[in-house]
Amino acid sequence: MAERPEDLNLPNAVITRIIKEALPDGVSISKEARSAISRAASVFVLYATSCANNFAMKGKRKTLNASDVLSAMEEMEFQRFVTPLKEALEAYRREQKGKKEASEQKKKDKDRRTDSEEQDKSREEEEEDEERPEEEEQNEEEEVDN
Amino acid sequence: MADAAVGKDKCGEQRLVSLPLSRIRVIMKSSPEVSSINQEALVLTAKATELFVRYLATCSYRHGSGTAKKALTYSDLASAAEDSETLQFLADILPKKILASKYLKMLKEKREQEEEEDDDGESDIGEVLA
Repeated sequence: MAERPEDLNLPNAVITRIIKEALPDGVSISKEARSAISRAASVFVLYATSCANNFAMKGKRKTLNASDVLSAMEEMEFQRFVTPLKEALEAYRREQKGKKEASEQKKKDKDRRTDSEEQDKSREEEEEDEERPEEEEQNEEEEVDN
Repeated sequence: MADAAVGKDKCGEQRLVSLPLSRIRVIMKSSPEVSSINQEALVLTAKATELFVRYLATCSYRHGSGTAKKALTYSDLASAAEDSETLQFLADILPKKILASKYLKMLKEKREQEEEEDDDGESDIGEVLA
């Protein structure tokens, strides 16, 4: 996957923005310092990955998961990151849940639309749809009429 | 200008991580023993890297000599890596820099020291040549 060495670099613009946000206003960051932090960040990723992988191996799992990464932070003496990371994980899970619900809602809306046009096609999906039993019945009736 | 500010705010609120996940994945996968990574682990690693960049920057800045000059330099980072236990893993990639002249001087001093220890055996070559 990483064919060129620069594939292992993180984007400078993003790194610079994070550094600027962390430091007080008006602090200048030398070019050398920026590239050094960027390199350090890549090494951090590898170090964390390798630590997390050890935990996955101990658990006889092939896939790295969130708890492996959290354990790795403790192992690396970055306990200070654990709480913010847990918060980020919760936020991420909420976001995913929100997205899932949004796409389900979208699907429902789409079903509803198709429904009025072509009843037969959407009938199966609609039977799974518990929230709209009334409409379903209505559709059934209509179909019988047809 | 106003639009740009709004865009940025929106971005900050919406996006959990600012580092590109695809790139983080490539770096993680470059480790040969890793077979697969679930999405949550990827997001957490990206987030941790962000926290790390922030930590490394603030730690080096506070700890370094730049506070008076309002500047963050390479040597601040190198000395943070050298002094902090947690940042020890960076020591190899953030070596302390010294001037070539200083290095040559150190080398010379070391050699002289060795010569002194060697008594005056071969150390006379210089004199002979002169």
